[in-house]
Amino acid sequence: MTKKILIADDEQNIVISLEFLMKREGFSVCIANDGQEALDKVRSESPDLVLLDVMMPRKNGYEVCQEIRAEPALQATRILMLTAKGRETEVTKGMAMGADAYMTKPFSTKELVAKVKLLLDIPA
Amino acid sequence: MSLKSRQALAIATACILVIGVMAAAGIAVWRDLGPEERGVLEPILNPRVGLLVMIGLVGAGAAAVLMKSFTEAHLAGPALLADEIGLVVATDPSRRLKPAGSADLQRIAEAVNNLADQRRSLQEDVEARIREARLSVEEERNRLAALMSELNQSVVVCNLDGRILLYNNRARLQFKALSDAPTAAGGGEIIGLGRSIYVVFERSLIVHALESIQERIRRQSAQPVANFVTTTRAGQLLRVQMAPVLTAATEADGETAVSGFVLMLDNITRNFEAETKRDQMLHTLTEGSRSSLANLRAAAEMLEYPDLDAELKDRFLKVIRDEVQGMSRRLDDTANAFADSLKTRWPLDEMLGADLVAAAQRYVEKKIGLPTKLEDVDPAVWVKVDSFSLLQAIGYLASRLSDEFEVREVRFRLTSAGRLAHLDLIWSGQAMSTETVMAWELEPMSFAGESSPLTVRDVVARHDGEIWLQREKTQHRAFFRLLLPSAAPQDQVEAATYLKGDSRPEYYDFDLFKRIEGTHELDDRLLSELAFTVFDTETTGLNPSEGDEIIQIGATRIVNGKLRKSESFDQLVDPLRELPEASTKIHGITPEMLVGQPPMSKVLPAFHAFAADTVLVAHNAAFDMRFLELKEASSGIRFDQPVLDTLLLSAVLHPSQESHRLEAISERMGVNIMGRHTAIGDAIVTGEVFLRMIPLLAEMGIRTLGEARRASEKTYYARIKY
Repeated sequence: MTKKILIADDEQNIVISLEFLMKREGFSVCIANDGQEALDKVRSESPDLVLLDVMMPRKNGYEVCQEIRAEPALQATRILMLTAKGRETEVTKGMAMGADAYMTKPFSTKELVAKVKLLLDIPA
Repeated sequence: MSLKSRQALAIATACILVIGVMAAAGIAVWRDLGPEERGVLEPILNPRVGLLVMIGLVGAGAAAVLMKSFTEAHLAGPALLADEIGLVVATDPSRRLKPAGSADLQRIAEAVNNLADQRRSLQEDVEARIREARLSVEEERNRLAALMSELNQSVVVCNLDGRILLYNNRARLQFKALSDAPTAAGGGEIIGLGRSIYVVFERSLIVHALESIQERIRRQSAQPVANFVTTTRAGQLLRVQMAPVLTAATEADGETAVSGFVLMLDNITRNFEAETKRDQMLHTLTEGSRSSLANLRAAAEMLEYPDLDAELKDRFLKVIRDEVQGMSRRLDDTANAFADSLKTRWPLDEMLGADLVAAAQRYVEKKIGLPTKLEDVDPAVWVKVDSFSLLQAIGYLASRLSDEFEVREVRFRLTSAGRLAHLDLIWSGQAMSTETVMAWELEPMSFAGESSPLTVRDVVARHDGEIWLQREKTQHRAFFRLLLPSAAPQDQVEAATYLKGDSRPEYYDFDLFKRIEGTHELDDRLLSELAFTVFDTETTGLNPSEGDEIIQIGATRIVNGKLRKSESFDQLVDPLRELPEASTKIHGITPEMLVGQPPMSKVLPAFHAFAADTVLVAHNAAFDMRFLELKEASSGIRFDQPVLDTLLLSAVLHPSQESHRLEAISERMGVNIMGRHTAIGDAIVTGEVFLRMIPLLAEMGIRTLGEARRASEKTYYARIKY
């Protein structure tokens, strides 16, 4: 069964790359362009993993993360936070909000794929 | 009894005594005679009664003459001496007695003269010492005041009650910026001698700072100061440093006591804004770059996949182009913005460019002995410079030109170039090589006895400027061009306000160090020590109850017996009704002048604050007060302080004079009238008149506010009601 990945980012320039990358790795992909849409898609599409950007309009990544973790039905959803905020305090906050992993921009796409697979228990 | 009557009495007594003794002797002898003896004598004496009376009168006359010369010697002489001594003691200490009369009297006169001489020299000595002491105190005060007025930092000194004793011009300008009132008082409703600092700062804030200072003093800290940052009513951010004013240690307890405090204020709103802006810039630079880099890297890595179709490849390439452009733009923006904020780092002073050039001229002529001339100097250019190091750099360059290239004269030129100013140092003759110039720029400056570790390059870097050599081949000359940051010319306004008023600053009054008791006992306070707000209004007409309104309020303050013209309130008011043409003839205010002026609802609170804690003084105060009172209901502002009226006081002083109009009184009091019939002009004249009335009233026994009010009430004019 193909795993489904939700890419939540308001920057089209990264979404293009991530979409291509994830599809190429054999995942099915859906996309959200802001925090609220991300939350709606998590509920409607039930993705296995969310690539979640922190700085988004309407709702930021921290809020989305917190709300997902507050809903028992969504507990299986893995969350990988992607952010330009590189300070240790922000990483700590992301993890505290319930993210499973955290990657600071700019990141290596290879490492990203590896981390996604690790989170989804897919052998590399 | 006067000397004359005493003399007359003595003479009369002597006459009566002589006649009495002679008569008594005659009567006693007559009584002793037997009848036959009387019979024998009667015919002998009877025809000679006239002779007997004559003898009696001659005896009396002789007694009178004798007595007269006696009283002159022993009564008039000492009395005259006593009078003379009285004069020496009471009126003229330089007067001396003329020894006269008896030898004893002459000796007394000489002794008194000696005593008077001694007293005189003692007095002169004491006076000289007092004069000396006063002079040195005055000198110190003036020096302090001058120093403070030059300070670039705001300084306010208060006593423990929070009353302002001293402030400098910078503080006044700063409070002006803090004032949320219209232009009216120019910050004068906030800062002024005797005003409370608690209008600006929370009382608890000051109390807390004072406590921590006390604590530090107790711990014998080397620097018992306190710092705090606070926001003002107008939303400005102030950094405050507080230092105590200590009284000298008394011998009794050997401890110093805090008698007041000094506040040094820094408006850091702008710094804070600059810092916030810098933070934001850093933020966009780091985070913005991170996500751009992420996009770039991801796109680049996607391009490495061989199975990419042409369309996808184009899309990834477009991403890369986009992001590179975005990053370049961001970098440019940051670089520009940082260039601005870097300038504020080194403490640069803003000064008029022409002043800088004049200073450079003097410097080069005096230090190097090189003649100078001016070319184009733009009088409107302001620069932001560290003038000391900059003058050194100019002097150094001029000295090398003179020493190594035998330049006979240098010229200066100053032109504006937007955010920068060009300062050119021009000379005629051969131009040196670029290498030489480089060497000059990079060597530590040492010339004409000056030696600095800095190089010209350092100085230029401090100003975030540039320097280069440029040749004007056609004119056979060359120049160094210094690129300096220019400053906003609005500072000229500040400089103008700075010069306003007397050269001697009115901003201090140490006599206020004495604690001022609560205002509730004002009636028993001396007129000479109260604070007054002297004011005047111009109005649309004479009948406030029929809709006439105030169109101008002018006021000034009297503190410690001095008129503080620099603390004034001068505001036009939009009456929100039409202005009768007839009234314009009186006050010269036209309807156009009132356009855009604040209405009474805005001005009244500001004036109320200006007049807080003072006694109001006005000429024909009842008229002005009536206008103010009619606004009480709508504005909720009550002027409940005591009011004095110079018209009534004039009637108290000169009840027989017919006119008590302001012109007439000021003429009587010798006050020069200038700018009458503007509210502020009249207020100042009224203030001068009032000040001159205080000593005259005191001569009549009217010294306190209560006495002045009671005397005013008694005069006829008090019964006039508007």
